[in-house]
Amino acid sequence: MSIRVDPPMAMLAELTHRCPLACPYCSNPTELLAKETELSTEAWADTFKQAAKLGVLQLHLSGGEPASRRDLVELVAAAREAGLYTNLITSGIGLTERRLHALDEAGLDHVQLSLQGVTAAMADRIGGYKGGFDRKMHVAEIISNIGFPLTLNAVMHRENLDDLPATIDMALRLGARRIEIACVQFQGWALVNRAALQPSRAQVDAAKKTVARAVEALRGRLVIDFVPPDYYSDFPKACMNGWGSTGLNVTPNGTVLPCHAAETIPHLQFDTVTERKLYDIWYDGAAFNAYRGTDWLPELCQGCERRDIDFGGCRCQAMAVLGDASAPDPVCRKSPGRKALNALLAEEVQEVEAPEFVFRR
Amino acid sequence: MTGADVPFLPRGVRTQFDAVRKVDVLLGPERVLVLDQVGTAVLGRLDGVASLDQISADLSSVYDAPVDVIAPDVIAFVEDLRDKGMVHVHPR
Repeated sequence: MSIRVDPPMAMLAELTHRCPLACPYCSNPTELLAKETELSTEAWADTFKQAAKLGVLQLHLSGGEPASRRDLVELVAAAREAGLYTNLITSGIGLTERRLHALDEAGLDHVQLSLQGVTAAMADRIGGYKGGFDRKMHVAEIISNIGFPLTLNAVMHRENLDDLPATIDMALRLGARRIEIACVQFQGWALVNRAALQPSRAQVDAAKKTVARAVEALRGRLVIDFVPPDYYSDFPKACMNGWGSTGLNVTPNGTVLPCHAAETIPHLQFDTVTERKLYDIWYDGAAFNAYRGTDWLPELCQGCERRDIDFGGCRCQAMAVLGDASAPDPVCRKSPGRKALNALLAEEVQEVEAPEFVFRR
Repeated sequence: MTGADVPFLPRGVRTQFDAVRKVDVLLGPERVLVLDQVGTAVLGRLDGVASLDQISADLSSVYDAPVDVIAPDVIAFVEDLRDKGMVHVHPR
């Protein structure tokens, strides 16, 4: 059966894996790509052009820390010239006032600033970078003075989920238009720290109530997007809104992935922008067609009323938890894999002290 | 929101013609909205000067439709965009 393939809407460009922070929840792979392997300015600029021609509307410049690229301003200018809505996802470290003004002139549309905690003690511990919080607050002030639309991206987990009300207050104080309350998803380095990061059910229930209240109270003032910790959900997330349906991801060396963590699936073969056109990769690439549509789904999912809602969930999660990327996402209550996930939760989430973080150093 | 509100597209939100899909789209932080003809007509009138009442009246004469039919739809459309952070409203 043939599958109708629409053009992608969004592209995540991981400009570099270099990063001054060492967050225990980092979703990048455990083995990072070195600076020498990164695409050149020209190669990225060409990739942006190809993306726009392919139908991409929104470009997310991410990393690592994208500000670690010395050519960040040039890259933003190239993205805007290609006609892309350009979003910078940053910790703020490496952004000076001068650089932020240059990014403004280059046409940067939106800034998404990550938040590791609402106090310097928490934020600097999580980020593994002393003084990082103070610098971030300074950067937030400059962002606000320039007038960039700001999203605060608060990554939440066992250690800071109880600070959620203060986190939302901070978004208001910094003049953010939007807050993304992103509970850690377990991919890459975060898997190493899953037991230390996984919140308890009581924490999750309290967080959901806080979010529901804030959404009502702040309607029209602050947009709140909540990404729940999916191990506690009954049904899986519609990962990537369906594999190869909406978005694509380019790693620092130009490898094109259907999702950020797709390289954890060992049998998939990926193309790179240095060897193949983005158009051909999107429509004909083996990795993109591996889990596209719903025809490949197991019988359990085929007969399910949620088939076209979550598309069987996250392939990388099925891989990470069950060792089988084509199984239904083990988050699903109806799936046989749920037992394994419940066992993990029972084993890892203890009322007593969580284990120490393992930092990326 | 009411008809007296004066909405506008804030910095970081813009409409664009999508040449691949041949539609108008509204682009904002982490949001893409595909616009129909009515959406394009309304957003094209959010100039930060006209009130929603004035916009509805204008649309009513251009599209030859009763204003009391148009106005509630216009307010609902713009209010939804405000809740998504895509439209701001001048303080009164």
